[in-house]
Amino acid sequence: MKRRWTLYDPRLAWMLVAPVLLLLIFFLVLPIAVMAAYTFFTFVTAGVETSALTTANWHEFFTDSYYSGFLLKTLRVGAITALLCGVLGYFPAYFIWATTFRHKWLLLLLLIVPFWISFTIRTFSWINILGEQGVINVALLKMGVINEPLPMLYNEGAVILGMLHFLLPYMILNVYVSLESIDRTLISAARSMGCTSAQAFREVTLPLSLPGLAAGLLLCFVLAAGSYVTPQLLGAGRDALFGNLIYDTIMGELNWPMGATLSIVLFLVLGFFAAVYTRYMGMSQIVKGLGG
Amino acid sequence: MKLTTTKRLERLHDRYANGDLSRRTFLTLTAAAAASAGLSMPWMGRALAAVQEVRFDGWGGTVQDAIDKYAFQPYTAKTKIKVVQGTFGDEDEIITKIKTAKPGDYQVIHSSGVNYYIKYVNAGLTSEINEANIPNMANVLQPMIEPFRKLTPKLSAVPYDYGTTGIAYNTKVISPEEAKEKGAALLLDKKYAGKVGGYSDMTTRVWYAALATGQDPNNIKDMDTIWAKVRETRDLAKKFWSSGAELMDLLSKGEIVVTDAWSGRVAALQDQGHPIGYLDPAGSYAWMEDMLILKGSPMAECEELINFMLDPATSIAVAEGQSYPPSLDPNKVKLTDKIEKLPAFDKTGTMTSLTFADPTYWATNEDAWTKQWNRISKGA
Repeated sequence: MKRRWTLYDPRLAWMLVAPVLLLLIFFLVLPIAVMAAYTFFTFVTAGVETSALTTANWHEFFTDSYYSGFLLKTLRVGAITALLCGVLGYFPAYFIWATTFRHKWLLLLLLIVPFWISFTIRTFSWINILGEQGVINVALLKMGVINEPLPMLYNEGAVILGMLHFLLPYMILNVYVSLESIDRTLISAARSMGCTSAQAFREVTLPLSLPGLAAGLLLCFVLAAGSYVTPQLLGAGRDALFGNLIYDTIMGELNWPMGATLSIVLFLVLGFFAAVYTRYMGMSQIVKGLGG
Repeated sequence: MKLTTTKRLERLHDRYANGDLSRRTFLTLTAAAAASAGLSMPWMGRALAAVQEVRFDGWGGTVQDAIDKYAFQPYTAKTKIKVVQGTFGDEDEIITKIKTAKPGDYQVIHSSGVNYYIKYVNAGLTSEINEANIPNMANVLQPMIEPFRKLTPKLSAVPYDYGTTGIAYNTKVISPEEAKEKGAALLLDKKYAGKVGGYSDMTTRVWYAALATGQDPNNIKDMDTIWAKVRETRDLAKKFWSSGAELMDLLSKGEIVVTDAWSGRVAALQDQGHPIGYLDPAGSYAWMEDMLILKGSPMAECEELINFMLDPATSIAVAEGQSYPPSLDPNKVKLTDKIEKLPAFDKTGTMTSLTFADPTYWATNEDAWTKQWNRISKGA
């Protein structure tokens, strides 16, 4: 006799999970698996590879300091960007949370307004701001503050600035969500126990908002380290990141096996950081910050 | 599009008249066409009429604007076939997309001549054109067709235009006399450090390094000195551009004052009134572009499109619009004064005054040199 369905039947659970599971398998696991397999293929010439298995691509990656140098540089730029996002993003998030402004929704709306404009156009706009004939240089030249235009474009600073512009809203939203979950009576309690405003912030608000800050840092770090368009548009060749190496290997050299190897490396490295974060903090904070 | 039955029969007759078909084959196909016209079912008509559009991918910007305005729009008006367009900044980018797409997704590519033709051939992406369907090919310069035919006797591409990558300079900063005197050495002039640009492309960089070191770009003897020169230019450069739009932006905004540049894009800047001069130094890098039909494309429709594009009136209008000379033989087709004044125009029709890259030589070294250039461009 067939077993009847019950409310918490495992079969029902599997049926409910199955669509998501299939999506994950087809759109995440399978592409990564194919990419991983490609790392062992043999490059013949531009645009041509064979399925003869080889470890040459991995050997090249591990023995050529060019790749490890770029990986470290990418992690450094990603870390600097994330830290700057943390410092610059905390204050607006705190302000939005603490304000008694009746239309707080308007402030939150302002945060997401930049997303209505194409990311590439937003990045391009910096050329008109930082360029030799950009707003800043023209204004300073006309005021007589400088005699020569300042070299603000096509360097690492411009790349980090471009990424800050793109990533700051993610940080602010994460911190804001974290602040919103704080029970305000705790702050009142701290104040009634004799804490000054600064002490209440340091002892109560800041520690309780750290999960949001950490989630924002991880998100900004991963997105910055995986960035490709911003260094391409706002940086010179030397300011390329690991993503640009992958692009050039796949699109410029048409060397898919090596490009796949570099992609898997970046995936593993960034995945490692995400795994460490998940181990200690959990992913729920990021999901909340992204509006989940 | 729909190729009407009449049109198909006319083409069949042309091929028979040209000797491409035997009398027996001609009669068999004509009978089959007649039978299908008489016995066809409604669904057969729909199936035959399936091709309503052709996919084209090109370089975007002023070049593609001209092709669209003077070739595609009139073509669509005439045939009702829509030309769906895409753009790319670097041809390797579109090759990657083609490789990941199914045959037929991409159809006609505005490709960068023989150097890239080899890549399509190696990757098995080429088709076989029936030249009888492109009668306007008779006007195309034979010296432009021959290099393609050496690689594949049955062509997959038809040459369409050509140009040079010469030296562009800001005339407010560099005088024409100075430019003429220094030529390609302008790219290595320390006086302009931080104001130099260049195309982010291995062939262009190695070519100009070869000129700077007095070597033949098609037979380089000392690669170490070449890479040293490439590094020298890199250290003086503000930015290596990767698309025509970026080149125009950098020059027009004064971010760079000297760069190697595509002749047509410079002509477009000059038309817009920017103070940009251009010169082709001795041995300047000449290149040609072609319309390449990919494997899996609707051949008859693509051939018809290319034939339309090669029609002298269309080709001349496009050439004037994009500022690159057409592939039409000036000994066979009367070209306009405007075209004859374009940079790189070869009035003899022999192309001997232009230095093209030897496709076999460059294909042999392409992989290693591209890899090395990618590293140098990133500071290695």
